[in-house]
Amino acid sequence: MFNLEIMDIVWAIVVLGATGAVFGLVLALSSRAFAVETDERSEKLLSILPGANCGGCGFTGCALYAEAISKNGAPINKCAAGGQKTVNEIASCMGIEPVKSDRVVAVVKCSGGNNAIKKYEYLGLHDCLSASLLGGSGPNECSYGCLGLGTCLTACAFGAISIVDGKAKVDSEKCTGCMQCAEVCPKKIIVPVSYDQDVIIACSSHDRGAVLRKICSIGCLGCGICQKVCPSGAITLIDNLATIDESKCVDCGKCASKCPRGLISDAGLPSRQEIEAMEAAQAAAAANTAAPPSAPQA
Amino acid sequence: MSITGLISIALSAILIENFILVKFLGICPFLGVSKKMDTAVGMGLAVIFVMGLASLFTWLVNHFLLVPLHLEYMQTLAYILVIASLVQFVEMFLQKSIPTLYRALGIYLPLITTNCAVLGVAVLNTTKGYNLLESVVYGVSGGIGFLVAIVLFASIRERIQFSEHPKAFEGFPIALVSSALLAMAFMGFSGLKIW
Repeated sequence: MFNLEIMDIVWAIVVLGATGAVFGLVLALSSRAFAVETDERSEKLLSILPGANCGGCGFTGCALYAEAISKNGAPINKCAAGGQKTVNEIASCMGIEPVKSDRVVAVVKCSGGNNAIKKYEYLGLHDCLSASLLGGSGPNECSYGCLGLGTCLTACAFGAISIVDGKAKVDSEKCTGCMQCAEVCPKKIIVPVSYDQDVIIACSSHDRGAVLRKICSIGCLGCGICQKVCPSGAITLIDNLATIDESKCVDCGKCASKCPRGLISDAGLPSRQEIEAMEAAQAAAAANTAAPPSAPQA
Repeated sequence: MSITGLISIALSAILIENFILVKFLGICPFLGVSKKMDTAVGMGLAVIFVMGLASLFTWLVNHFLLVPLHLEYMQTLAYILVIASLVQFVEMFLQKSIPTLYRALGIYLPLITTNCAVLGVAVLNTTKGYNLLESVVYGVSGGIGFLVAIVLFASIRERIQFSEHPKAFEGFPIALVSSALLAMAFMGFSGLKIW
């Protein structure tokens, strides 16, 4: 009887062990037979990309973008989150010349906030969409402006948006240009602007000047002074709103100094002293490099 | 077994003896991936697929290996072995042959390898003494029951996010309470008699 029980245990071990071994063998063989060739470059690219899966490149996630670069030769400068550094790394991985990252950042085209007059006090759900559905498209007198309830703030995966003085503000250093905020903004006033663009007219109101003057202390009146002073013809008045053509703008900042409302910002521009210091430094550097070869001749 | 018998098995697996809400098997994926509707549907489809296949193969193993060798008492071990290797194999096969289906099922396929609902359906098939066809029907309809439950629950959870409830109930507690209510609602099917 005792022997029989021992045999039972051994028998079970043998059978199950053999079954497991057979299954293992089948799996090992089939992993050879069904091996899928993966491009090791796309895996390497995936490790280079930031992995935020923000979709700013136009592909659904970093993995698909990596695959698109390695297989279909997609443009390598589409990753907004990684910036120029990522572009260079992708270029070295793919063995091609790096190109300039066309970095764009989100800009909230409204300077209203506390400058804008409120029609009524809104106490509902803390969400821009539900506020904008109320009478007169939201609690602001201005029907174009930012509601400042921060729906874009929750949509931002990079913590680049904050509510300052009752309106949303984008930190362009943190912004990756994925434009998730623009998707959720019910007013559609968040637009992509080139990172290098410094002069920005942050207003979206198409109201006439006489109307706007009563409801907002900073919004664009459509007076057209900026259009007149612009040396490159980059500013046009479109339906009572001054609009900058980025391709023509030379970032001189003349419009900003002449705007009667103080609306046009050139915050990113270096100040006059800085420009002069820069020019002096460049001139000095040029003189230094020019001097040594000319010295022996003289 | 007649066709009515098969329908009876299927209906009882989907409604009367729903794997999640009545038998309380496979609760972890039920709570884990029911936050969004699309992930819930993906998980449900993967479970149907794996439960159907697992029923088929565990029946074969039981019938041709365990019963002839008088090793029925080792069924749990043998079934886990079969299911784990089967899912691994299916994953490799799909990745090579049907990449579209592989991408649709995605990460859920390997996740349910060790799901207790899958082992549960294999063990229940044996204890109920189903034949091959009945086992597969029971497995697939058990998976459909899982899909129904997780889709219902996911839609409830999507609504809960926007409803007001006490701070202490936020997140998981309110999900557990509402799943309990859902399970109680499914108890109503226990009186259902088919033929």
